[in-house]
Amino acid sequence: MQTKLTINGVAATHEVSPATLLVELLRDGLSLTGTHIGCDTSQCGACNVLIDGVAVKSCTVLAATLDGAKVTTIEGLAKGDELHPMQAAFKENHGLQCGFCTPGMVMAGLEIVRRHGPNVSAETIAHDLEGNLCRCTGYQNIIAAIGAGAKAMGGKSNA
Amino acid sequence: MREFALERPATLAAATVAFNAGGEAALLAGGHTLLPAMKSRLRMPDTLVDLSQVAGLTGITKEGDLLWIGAMTRHAAVATDATALPALAQLASGIGDPQVRNRGTLGGSVANNDPAADYPAAVLALDGIVETTAGSTKADDFFQGMFATALADGEIITRIGFRIPEKAAYAKFRHPASRYAVVGVFVAKFADGVRVAVTGAGPGVFRWEAAEAALNGTFSVAAVKGLVLDADDLNSDIHASADYRASLAGVMLGRAVAAAV
Repeated sequence: MQTKLTINGVAATHEVSPATLLVELLRDGLSLTGTHIGCDTSQCGACNVLIDGVAVKSCTVLAATLDGAKVTTIEGLAKGDELHPMQAAFKENHGLQCGFCTPGMVMAGLEIVRRHGPNVSAETIAHDLEGNLCRCTGYQNIIAAIGAGAKAMGGKSNA
Repeated sequence: MREFALERPATLAAATVAFNAGGEAALLAGGHTLLPAMKSRLRMPDTLVDLSQVAGLTGITKEGDLLWIGAMTRHAAVATDATALPALAQLASGIGDPQVRNRGTLGGSVANNDPAADYPAAVLALDGIVETTAGSTKADDFFQGMFATALADGEIITRIGFRIPEKAAYAKFRHPASRYAVVGVFVAKFADGVRVAVTGAGPGVFRWEAAEAALNGTFSVAAVKGLVLDADDLNSDIHASADYRASLAGVMLGRAVAAAV
């Protein structure tokens, strides 16, 4: 089937099978391998992307059901060499160790800013990261990074 | 996932036609239960009928003492927009995680009737009406045990009406990984009586008559102090024994009443 998507600002028609998950189209079809598959059971959040500005788990969405949607992946955040403020905050606060969960954490961070604004508390961030698993950090620096990223974004929308 | 045909009808009539076109069909709402079940091959439909293009299945409207919510309304929207029923909004805000709530739907959850899902407790305690392509069913007749409902094959939930109570609250003990209810208790006080629904504890959502009787006497935490469920009919699994669930139901009941008072 065909599905028209605007992915990171690029509009195109993609040929997919009905069973193609969004994450499979991104990674296997378009080589956008920044979106990771951690669990494939909608628990870990490593595959989070934005669909029309809202964070979802791309391992649990069929690409063919998204016709007309705007998708933003981790690759779509930076402007050239300039990191998105949320990415810069992860770098500045060392909000990662191995980095596997990081793309999903950054997208979850953008979702937190969308829902709670620039002055979100550490407690709210911790609670709203319940759909993202990190097996390295213990989350402290991720929470700090999202708090700093939220402030740096200053209430601006995601991407 | 095994391959299947995908239909994306724009109307309920077309969805029904697509469902009945032959082979095993399944209705796709938010997909956050169905797609994982298809990945693990618990479900292997030949045809998936995506309801996301059908107009008129989302939104929240108040009509008299009923709050109607469209079947395709996502959990996140119920959490923020069901302001006329704060206990329901609070329940919705505790389903899964933020990303799951951005996709999962009320109708999908109710049609699936997972014995540990949150919404069935609200529909039952709030004396709900499940409106479908075939008519309307009261919640008391709709839920029929583990993953079983009054829905016929291919019958599509269009919206659900919740009676707005005087007071209500939901308390659940969440499984720390899945966020499903190990036990969840929804308490609703109406002018004509109290309704208490329990999810997670047994093979399907059910009303707790002893708790209702106690609260019809006095709607207070003291009235239900020490009340526990009979463990005989409850689930025992790796998460909790039946005895533990029986005790937990009493604790959740007390918390729900305390929050509602």
